[in-house]
Amino acid sequence: MNTLLFALRGAPAAQTSGPEFYVAFWMVVALTAYAFLGTADFGGGLWDLFATGPRADEWRRLIARAMGPVWEPNHVWLLFAVVLLFSGFPTVFSTLSVALFLPLHLVLLGIVLRGAAFVFRSYGPFDSTVGRVWASVFGAASIMTPFLLGVSLGAVSSGAIRVVGGAVQADLVRAMLSPFSLLVGLLTLMLGAYVAAVYLTLEGEGRVREDFRRLALWAGLTVAVLAAVLLPLMQRAVPWLAANLLHPRSLPLLLAGALSAALSAWALWTRRFHLARFTAVAEVITLFWGWSLAQFPYLVYPDLTLFNAAAPPRTLDFMLRIIPWGLAILLPSLFLLFRVFKGENPAVPEGRPPDGGNQEGRRSGPTV
Amino acid sequence: MSNLLAARFQMAFSLGFHMIFAALGVGMPLLLLIAEGLWLRTRRPHYLKLAKTWGKATGLTFAIGAVSGTALSFELGLLWPAFMGFAGIAVGPAFTVEGFAFFTEAIFIGLYLYGWKRLSPLAHWLTGIPVAIAGAASSVLVVAADAWMQNPLGADLLKANPAAVDPAGILFGNPTWPIMAIHSTLATYAATAFAVAGVYAWGALRGKKDAVRRSALRIVLVVGTLAAALMPITGDRSAKYAARFQPAKLAAMESQFQTEKGAPLRIGGWPDPETGEVRYAIELPKGLSFLAFGDFNAEVKGLDQFPRQDWPNVPVTHVSFQLMVAAGILMLAAVAWYWYVAWKRRGRELDNDLLLRILIGASPLGFLALETGWIVTEVGRQPWILYNVMRTSEAVTPNPHVLSTLVGFVALYLLLGLTLVWLLRRLSHEEAGLEAYGEGAAS
Repeated sequence: MNTLLFALRGAPAAQTSGPEFYVAFWMVVALTAYAFLGTADFGGGLWDLFATGPRADEWRRLIARAMGPVWEPNHVWLLFAVVLLFSGFPTVFSTLSVALFLPLHLVLLGIVLRGAAFVFRSYGPFDSTVGRVWASVFGAASIMTPFLLGVSLGAVSSGAIRVVGGAVQADLVRAMLSPFSLLVGLLTLMLGAYVAAVYLTLEGEGRVREDFRRLALWAGLTVAVLAAVLLPLMQRAVPWLAANLLHPRSLPLLLAGALSAALSAWALWTRRFHLARFTAVAEVITLFWGWSLAQFPYLVYPDLTLFNAAAPPRTLDFMLRIIPWGLAILLPSLFLLFRVFKGENPAVPEGRPPDGGNQEGRRSGPTV
Repeated sequence: MSNLLAARFQMAFSLGFHMIFAALGVGMPLLLLIAEGLWLRTRRPHYLKLAKTWGKATGLTFAIGAVSGTALSFELGLLWPAFMGFAGIAVGPAFTVEGFAFFTEAIFIGLYLYGWKRLSPLAHWLTGIPVAIAGAASSVLVVAADAWMQNPLGADLLKANPAAVDPAGILFGNPTWPIMAIHSTLATYAATAFAVAGVYAWGALRGKKDAVRRSALRIVLVVGTLAAALMPITGDRSAKYAARFQPAKLAAMESQFQTEKGAPLRIGGWPDPETGEVRYAIELPKGLSFLAFGDFNAEVKGLDQFPRQDWPNVPVTHVSFQLMVAAGILMLAAVAWYWYVAWKRRGRELDNDLLLRILIGASPLGFLALETGWIVTEVGRQPWILYNVMRTSEAVTPNPHVLSTLVGFVALYLLLGLTLVWLLRRLSHEEAGLEAYGEGAAS
């Protein structure tokens, strides 16, 4: 928090100490967690869809096993951010709901299909026609959803969603289909694909691990190219955001993100997989925080800010009192979950559902 | 179809679908805890079979509940932006707390479903406890938001001076909340129990009369009996609150068109809002006055006290209410028959085919009661989204494409429902391996 306040030192003190600022802070925390956990699950879906070669089935099983116990909690971070948004900034929620009516419905379609297809496939017969159809649905929905979420993030900054005299006026084409928004969508998708492949190097072993190392390197390269195109494009399309990103309050985070990305790629190259995972997570976090700070104080540029769209202080205070209690239950529970399924653990058979389905997965070694 | 009607249908369909899985998400964890607890105590293998098979079913249904619930959190705003813009600060706290409960449930259900071989037996059983508690807590908290829509305490202040509103006070200090929350949560247990009982009765009727089926029926019907026995009490209290806080809803539930002292209780029948008559109903003299106010001669407000444009849809509310009550009574009758047969036959109740047929017939009644009860609550609240404060028509999205999204959602959920039924039918106890936990259980 102190670092954050330090980073915001340009802003008047009153702006960074009010309850709306802290509710927004928690919202960004939830979205950050979603960015490096939830998008990785989508990335898993992408690799599932594009699994090719002699070990395609092994990839798919590895992805299913890695996602199984954690995808639902990972997904709740998004729900949590939405709830914070409509409680803390109701005007923003209703504005986006009106402006992005169709795209958000498509996001919902993706969310519902992705989750449903994943369980249908894990519990159903893996090799039947129905299983294959749901597997494709799982992959397709895993691509559509993060892409559209990224495009929506771009739309929020695009300036094409306006609130004039209390009425929402949206130019959906400019908001969603501008090169800028589309590129943000692609970047979101590929970042997810990158972190997913990096995580999977630690879940698999032997040749499968090498496969995911290779995929991660390609995805990382794509991310770098997309980011390199995005920055100059941004200066033309959304100059205010580009200027903020290069402002001293965001720039250090942006640079840290770039450094983490480079380090992560190097670690992958040299097969330091733990370091690669750590730096990949750092990359997503620093880039997301850099972006969030650049966005400050706008929630929907240029009409809705943290301050003019916030709920009254008593609602915000109530939420701020509740959140620490909630986290006191949540964080130890999450720790337990990841410790049991992702941490050091004696080699035990599948973390699949109890005798789930009729797929005969390979025994996995210690995952870490 | 008008935009408003399409939006109402989309909301109704999405919620009605989600509710099935939400109810199972509350009810199934309790059944799992009981079955696995009995296994730990007795080490009789059929309890383990039950826990494992129910666990698989829960894994499937919980995921559908989770994603359809996420969809709903968006749909609240997508369909009713003006409502969420106005009331988000009031209902938000309920969803914030509920968010944590749901999060906890999702984490521990992951541990429970995938942790059979990674946790010790006791630890595994213990992970089920937060699932059951958080599931029930979610239900109670979501109902807080709905109860506030029925009885929007402090909404005038919210309109005049939002900054002065105490959100937790108006939300959790609402007198209608506790009884609505208990009634709805009991309904989820009843719905789960009766649905599961039907599955086992069906199996037994086809010759599978083993210890697995017998224990399964015993466990679920203990839960079902408790829920079904308590629900008339909470239901009676809920109706009394409706009489006090939402007289137009009570009048629609009972088709009380005219204000009257000593109003009769109408059982069944079809109301005609144009003529104000109820055809084919059985009337119990002064019954409604007594049930609503505890006084046979109390005055019950009729719909004539309200302008016509403020009436809910009377036939839908009335018929749903009748169905809910009938389902509740039939559930009680079914469990009473079950316990009678079990006592009479000294535990050989599976040999009584009539009983099995009754249980199969009673199988959907819990869900019928849950859905119709919810229809009574929400359709009976119309034309208000926020009772007496904001009309549903004022809240609806200006976007003209609701009909398309409605069609899309109906198609999507039908597809999911069909696939799910197909997968659930494939689950069987014979498949559930007996190796439990980490103890020498390499597969």
